[in-house]
Amino acid sequence: MPEVRSEGDFSVYQNVQAAPLADQAPVPGSDRAEAHVVFEAIRKVYPGAGGGVHALHEVSFSVRRGQIFGIIGRSGAGKSTLLRSINMLERPSGGRVLVDGIDVGALDEKGLVALRRKIGMIFQHFNLLSAKTVRENVGLPLKVAGVPAAEIRRRVDFLLDMVGLADKADVYPAKLSGGQKQRVGIARALVHDPEILLCDEATSALDPESTHAILDLLRDINDRFGLTVVLITHDMSVIRAICDEVLVLDQGRIVEQGEVWRVFGDSKGEATRALLQPLRRGLPGDLAGRLRPEPPAHGGLAILSLRFTGESHPDGVSLESLLALAPGATLLHGGIDRIQGHAQGDLLLAVPAGALRSAAGARFSPDSLKVLGYVDDNA
Amino acid sequence: MLDRYAKAFLETLAMVGVSSLIAIVCGLLLALALVVSGPDGLLPKPRVNKALSVLVNVFRAIPFIILLVALLPFTRLLIGTTLGIWAAMVPLSIHLIAFYTRIAQVSLNEVDHGLIEAARAMGFRRFHIVRHVLLPEALPGIVGGMTVCIIAMINSSAMAGAVGAGGLGDLAIRYGYERYETQVLFEIIVILVTMVTGVQFAGEWLSRRVNHRR
Repeated sequence: MPEVRSEGDFSVYQNVQAAPLADQAPVPGSDRAEAHVVFEAIRKVYPGAGGGVHALHEVSFSVRRGQIFGIIGRSGAGKSTLLRSINMLERPSGGRVLVDGIDVGALDEKGLVALRRKIGMIFQHFNLLSAKTVRENVGLPLKVAGVPAAEIRRRVDFLLDMVGLADKADVYPAKLSGGQKQRVGIARALVHDPEILLCDEATSALDPESTHAILDLLRDINDRFGLTVVLITHDMSVIRAICDEVLVLDQGRIVEQGEVWRVFGDSKGEATRALLQPLRRGLPGDLAGRLRPEPPAHGGLAILSLRFTGESHPDGVSLESLLALAPGATLLHGGIDRIQGHAQGDLLLAVPAGALRSAAGARFSPDSLKVLGYVDDNA
Repeated sequence: MLDRYAKAFLETLAMVGVSSLIAIVCGLLLALALVVSGPDGLLPKPRVNKALSVLVNVFRAIPFIILLVALLPFTRLLIGTTLGIWAAMVPLSIHLIAFYTRIAQVSLNEVDHGLIEAARAMGFRRFHIVRHVLLPEALPGIVGGMTVCIIAMINSSAMAGAVGAGGLGDLAIRYGYERYETQVLFEIIVILVTMVTGVQFAGEWLSRRVNHRR
């Protein structure tokens, strides 16, 4: 990644756009320093037969300034509607969205244009203009805002340099790879020096390698410029990779919300568990077929499932303690991930059936321990 | 004889050129109005949209030769005569405006809605969306449609020749058909085919030039 020239470069244009956000006073009681975006009882009903389709039911939460906030849900959960209510691309049927304490639903056309220039947005399918070069695509939002050409040029050069595409400035988007297109999208979203970046399934159309690079870039931008990032995704690995806080949405309702490691370690809702399923290390099929409920007459191995949520052993799992708990244990399957500094994961152990009983009084205990069943010795 | 061909050719060229220009400019404006006022448009105006759509359909439905006759009073009012190439331009333009409106409308409707959403998210006003998103992104189709429109115009202009408008069509009818000069008829066919091929070739070249999607 090319080096950033200076912080000054990035804020040169602030005075150009800062002016007319609203003649509206901030709504009393909203904490400007803490909550950046506040959702108050957001409802969305799409008209249709039988009272219409309820996409969102009275959803309320807030996003703190400077955090990366992930909204996850299966398709049709209402996450896209929620994201689009922040910049009023879609109007909720009820409730309010406050950005910096300003009710965005009450803004007129002029106010909305000013608001949108403070909120960058990137898209699953990039939405770059095919008839314009990379440079023109990135610079266009400034051009329509009336920024002088020389300043647009400087700003675009700076941003293309930052996303690592300085050499592609005069190429048309059709010649770029998916990852490169999203980098252009990010540069374009940052061109107004926004305070909020909205990501609409930004990595869903990318291969794993580009996904990783784009997520790193988003994390980097968040760190460097203190932007508040709100992203929606259906992929828990995206949440795990960069989010500070996650909100799980299902059928228009909040299932749970909290720090990512907590939601991952100890998920409350069925929807959350379903979304986490691809990341979980479950019981492998070959073992499942051989499991029986009772130990064999002599010998045999007990199959133990241990879960660490990050709560009781945040710094990691001591192997010594593990062996004290289950002498002679064999690690069959599983692993520990570190999420936001908390070690969590699932381990599957095979323990001689006799040894297990003697371990009952061990001091060490995982957050959950289950005997799944027994198999013959030659496991 | 040769200068008769030249005269007819220039008359056709003038008829086609002027009428095409009028048809393309007006058709494009009408198509924009239809798309912008449509149900998913930038400024939905259901009644305006409906009225415009009906108007375009009416003119699309009338066969050119009938429109030509039906518009005679209007043409006389506008030009002062119903004969000659200038009079022929009135029905030609009107017929092709409706035709080109529909062609341009299809191209404009095909612009990815995500692009318009992105433009709105970036704080574009409606005018900027039309100017920087809708028109440039639809340009390859708009240019391709021009080719179709101009070729249809060459066709119709020959038909207008039959009612005293002059041009190649007039020459072909009077000499080729009424005086049984098959040679003339054949030569005019060659000229028309050459014209159409030229327009098609130029149109395709231009359409490729403005298309950056590949």
